[in-house]
Amino acid sequence: MTELTLRRSELDRARVLRLLQDYGVYAGVAVLILVNVVLTPNFVSGENFRTQAVQVAPVMIVALGMALAIGSQGIDLSVGSVMALSTSLLSLYLGYGPWIAVLVAVIGGMVIGLANGSLIAFIGVQPIVATLALMVAGRGLALVLLPQLKDVRDPGMATLGSGSVLGIPYLVLIAVALAIAVAFVVRRTTFGRQLLAIGDSRPAAQLAGLPVRRVLIIVYVVSGALAAVAGVIATARLTASDPTSLGTLMELSAITAVVVGGTPLSGGRVRIGGTVAGAVLIQLLTATLIKHDLPPSWTQIAQAVVIVAAVYAARERGKR
Amino acid sequence: MTTDTTEPAAREKDASPGAEQPQGATRSERLTSLAQQHGALVALLVMVLVASLSFDSFLTGDNLENMAVSSAFLAVVALGMTFVIITGGIDLSVGYVFALGGVLAAWGSQYGTLVALILPLAVCGLIGLVNGLLIARARLAPFIVTLAAMLLARGVLLSVTDEGSTTYLVDKDAFFARLGQEKLLGIGLPVWITVALFGLGALVLRRSRFGQYVYAVGGNEDAAALMGAPVARTKIAVYTLSGLCAGLAGALNAAWLMSGVTILGTGMELEAISAVVIGGTLLTGGFGFISGSLVGVLLLKVIQNVINQIGSLDSAYQQVVSGAFLALVVIAQTWLGRRRRML
Repeated sequence: MTELTLRRSELDRARVLRLLQDYGVYAGVAVLILVNVVLTPNFVSGENFRTQAVQVAPVMIVALGMALAIGSQGIDLSVGSVMALSTSLLSLYLGYGPWIAVLVAVIGGMVIGLANGSLIAFIGVQPIVATLALMVAGRGLALVLLPQLKDVRDPGMATLGSGSVLGIPYLVLIAVALAIAVAFVVRRTTFGRQLLAIGDSRPAAQLAGLPVRRVLIIVYVVSGALAAVAGVIATARLTASDPTSLGTLMELSAITAVVVGGTPLSGGRVRIGGTVAGAVLIQLLTATLIKHDLPPSWTQIAQAVVIVAAVYAARERGKR
Repeated sequence: MTTDTTEPAAREKDASPGAEQPQGATRSERLTSLAQQHGALVALLVMVLVASLSFDSFLTGDNLENMAVSSAFLAVVALGMTFVIITGGIDLSVGYVFALGGVLAAWGSQYGTLVALILPLAVCGLIGLVNGLLIARARLAPFIVTLAAMLLARGVLLSVTDEGSTTYLVDKDAFFARLGQEKLLGIGLPVWITVALFGLGALVLRRSRFGQYVYAVGGNEDAAALMGAPVARTKIAVYTLSGLCAGLAGALNAAWLMSGVTILGTGMELEAISAVVIGGTLLTGGFGFISGSLVGVLLLKVIQNVINQIGSLDSAYQQVVSGAFLALVVIAQTWLGRRRRML
């Protein structure tokens, strides 16, 4: 009898934890929105929603690539440096027109991703180390190309940065479109299946005859490309290229978004909806603290606590 | 440690039928481990030789002294990092913990040298302890815990300095400032302290029971636990040690600069990890040595110095070179490691 009740309570606990991890992030976002609606003046306005959405767009795009890397049981620490490299390339090639410049910037990100992927897939370097090396080198390269801040005055980039359709900014549309595309790839394509299988167990995937190396390389190339797009978007919004500071600590924000969204660091599972919600959650948290005149130092301490709490919750489920 | 890993491999080799001459195998094995252990030292010697032949100003007393002092702080951080990496972990928080240590030391120096030393050690040691507890007891991934700790340290640093707008200065007559300024036999005190700490660290890692546990945990955690090694306690100890080292390095740096500069330390974790890895310590854990990390730090600083000497080159090239260098070393190590396993 007692054994049975014990088991039941254990099961309940497991179920609660599972629910918490799967839907906790959405609950968190809802709670934060409610708190802000009640406490923050002028929170419910189209203008404010637009501002928040535009601010979250770069983190969200970077987090999409990060979710793929983490799903394959890897990590991509180079994303912030890729953003810096992308903004440098963009402002250098803007003379050839905005399309060419964006293309060059994205290709630059893909090259860094290819280097990451090759180190990981062919040489067998741990992802954290490989992407660390490219993180150091990428930031250096960005600064070599463009040593200091440069204003970006281009009508095309200005439209991208501040234009909108039906009241929705272009930047937000791009971020949402990319999120839908990545979610489709993860759920509905062979590549998505292979990615999750590799994240679950690389040796098993290898034995099953999956193209492990190709999938891993594509994952890091995509992550690099997405980080480069985020760099372009951030540049358009700020109307300036600043390779010194653009994207610093971006890897941390992106990892937080992914982990808070319920994707376990142990790989084999990718939750794109959760990742998007995770990015929104962090943005709302920061905005709430700033709106109530709490200093930035508090925001960072709060973010540190949220990360640890999210990873802790993920751990509980991972064990079961 | 080398013999520990090569011996079983050699025995397997002898036992396997149709193997090549065991004599040849052991020699290439020896070459492999030599390259792994002393590759960085050879690179350092070559760099120093090339630099002293190319630049007259390289081998001057001033330049060498300058390099030694600026290496000292990174070296102390890398010392703690070496222990962490040998257990198979990583500590990404050291950069901002270093900065926090400096700010706390400069702030505390107005209340005396004792406060200036104990306050940063206590706070930074505590951050390391929390890292260790979360990693060893709650079994969270080291990189994410220490990334969060990095944010925490930065947040604390900002709130101590009124969001980074206040820089605390160290009174130049204070005993604490002399700790950074004073010279012994023409060499700055921070350098002597660093050398002493490295001697102590090497002794602990090589000769103490704790050192053996560090290797055992990094080599194979489950096996170490079965052997009766206190796995959790060892892990907690190495992260606390890393926090203490970073805090002490920050305090010494503040004494040297005579102020607690808030913007220091960014990217230092990367430099420290690079130095440790270049020095031959494996990121997979279980293999590494203290002296290698010192060589790694010196190598990074010589590269930096050479790039500065060239003058026309932007300092950003230094990052490109260190990143490329790190990648090369990791590729070489992965390759050497695979060779060892196959032999």
